[in-house]
Amino acid sequence: MEVSITWRFLRVWKRNLTVYRRIWHINFLPPILEPLFYLLAFGVGLSALIGPVTYMDQQISYLAFITPALLGVNAMYNAFFENTYASFVRMYYQKTFDAMMATPLSLHEVITGEIFWGATKSFIATALMLAVVSAFGLVQYPHGFLILFVAFLGGLAFGSLGMFFTGILPSIDMFNLPIFLFITPMFLFSGTFFPLDNLPLWAQQAAMAFPLTHLVHITRSLALGFLSWDLLWSVAYLTVFTMIFFPLAIYVMCRRLIH
Amino acid sequence: MSPASRHIVNAKGITKSFGGFTAVDSISFRLMKGECLGFLGPNGAGKTSTIRMMYGVSPMTGGTLEVFGLNMATDWRAILYRIGVCQQENNADPDLSVIQNLEVFATYFDIPRRVARSRALELLRFMALDHRKHDRINSLSGGLLRRLILARSLINDPDLLILDEPTTGLDPQSRHQLWERMDVLRSRGLSIFLTTHYMDEAARLCDRLIIMDHGKILIQGRPQKLIREYAGKDVVEVINPPHELTELVRTHHLMNDMVGNRLIIYGQESENIFELIGQKFCLERCIQRMATLEDVFLRLTGRELRE
Repeated sequence: MEVSITWRFLRVWKRNLTVYRRIWHINFLPPILEPLFYLLAFGVGLSALIGPVTYMDQQISYLAFITPALLGVNAMYNAFFENTYASFVRMYYQKTFDAMMATPLSLHEVITGEIFWGATKSFIATALMLAVVSAFGLVQYPHGFLILFVAFLGGLAFGSLGMFFTGILPSIDMFNLPIFLFITPMFLFSGTFFPLDNLPLWAQQAAMAFPLTHLVHITRSLALGFLSWDLLWSVAYLTVFTMIFFPLAIYVMCRRLIH
Repeated sequence: MSPASRHIVNAKGITKSFGGFTAVDSISFRLMKGECLGFLGPNGAGKTSTIRMMYGVSPMTGGTLEVFGLNMATDWRAILYRIGVCQQENNADPDLSVIQNLEVFATYFDIPRRVARSRALELLRFMALDHRKHDRINSLSGGLLRRLILARSLINDPDLLILDEPTTGLDPQSRHQLWERMDVLRSRGLSIFLTTHYMDEAARLCDRLIIMDHGKILIQGRPQKLIREYAGKDVVEVINPPHELTELVRTHHLMNDMVGNRLIIYGQESENIFELIGQKFCLERCIQRMATLEDVFLRLTGRELRE
């Protein structure tokens, strides 16, 4: 299969941005309100029960522990849901991709534009959420700014994964399957709500295979102001994950749409 | 001008197979500059497969396809800058307003914003949609939606317009309005490639027709010529024909079909016998009419249902 990806993928990205801007005030609400709910539930409700957590040999509040993880989860959700449900609707119900394919855009560019848009949504949502949690002093700066780029990288990884499922699942209801099998376990067992050290060794090792473990590891280190070389391993993991699932997503989408 | 450059489309033995099934079986045809070429055929004849190859979304299994003298297999992008496509589905973008549909689509063709805006407004006027330009897509009726899709297919000022069943599902008013718009486009010299299930549409719009079935071209030619050749001039349909009439038809070797209890006789201009049949046998339960493209179509592709 001939690969044909040029800068034209930005046209598809721009189309999604145009749609997003039409109702930007509604799109802005979830990433602003959600962290406030979390802060209330965990910061006020649950923290009282749990007390401080030991992380990197330091005692930190439970709220300071989970807030950066929620930034990572937020980045995952935004890209994954954009490139599953939203992309599926555009592909299957709205026939938006069919219309684009009758123009000088290649399907490769359409899919690339969709995945970059998913990552952009992660970026925007992370920026908004970062602003909210920073107001509560939960993020160290300047390290905190790097979280934005990590959110984009994480968005590419989870967007590619989502687009891969969009390419292979026959109906929109079937997205329950990857959510139940991958997204929910990742949400719970990626060192998000408790340190991985609390798990048995085999589970710790299994958790290292989750891309969210690496994303959360980076966002947490940055938010707490820890910079170390081993973060590059996690960046490398997300990069390799993207480099596998991005072409795979394009492959399955071509198989699905080009007859 | 060399002969080759007058061919907008030159298809040589193009073939499309899906696994073991051959949807388009090595067909060849040409579309001349300024011509409107129509493809007719029952469902599953291979029309849509052919048209999808022509705008590059469906890779050919075999053959060569040249559009504007460029090879579709290698220069598809250059070709697609100059083609306008009106697909079968009403796939307007429901996330955007009417005018945004045109403006965003223009960006796919690298049309600068300002040019896109003025062309979009001009096309909305041309399609009598300018009073709805800020409306949501969901609020448009089928006819309005079709007009928008046709407007969108013209946004890049194409040299070739491809229409896949452009008026399916429209009310007569909307169909006639679209036809009238297509007449204007044709008078400007736009080359058009069209598929349709409506014989009156094909006869009205097309300079030349290709009737295909089972992936092959059955016949091609000008609509009037095809009618003369395959269905004659006049037609008499007699329900429960008397024995005397069937004998008459048989002895005079008149073109005829027996469909259920209905005898359809196709008469050429020169046949005096035909007038006799009209006077003598066409009393009650009988129709005398002119031959149409529908007669040609049904005679060639048969009357059994396809799906």
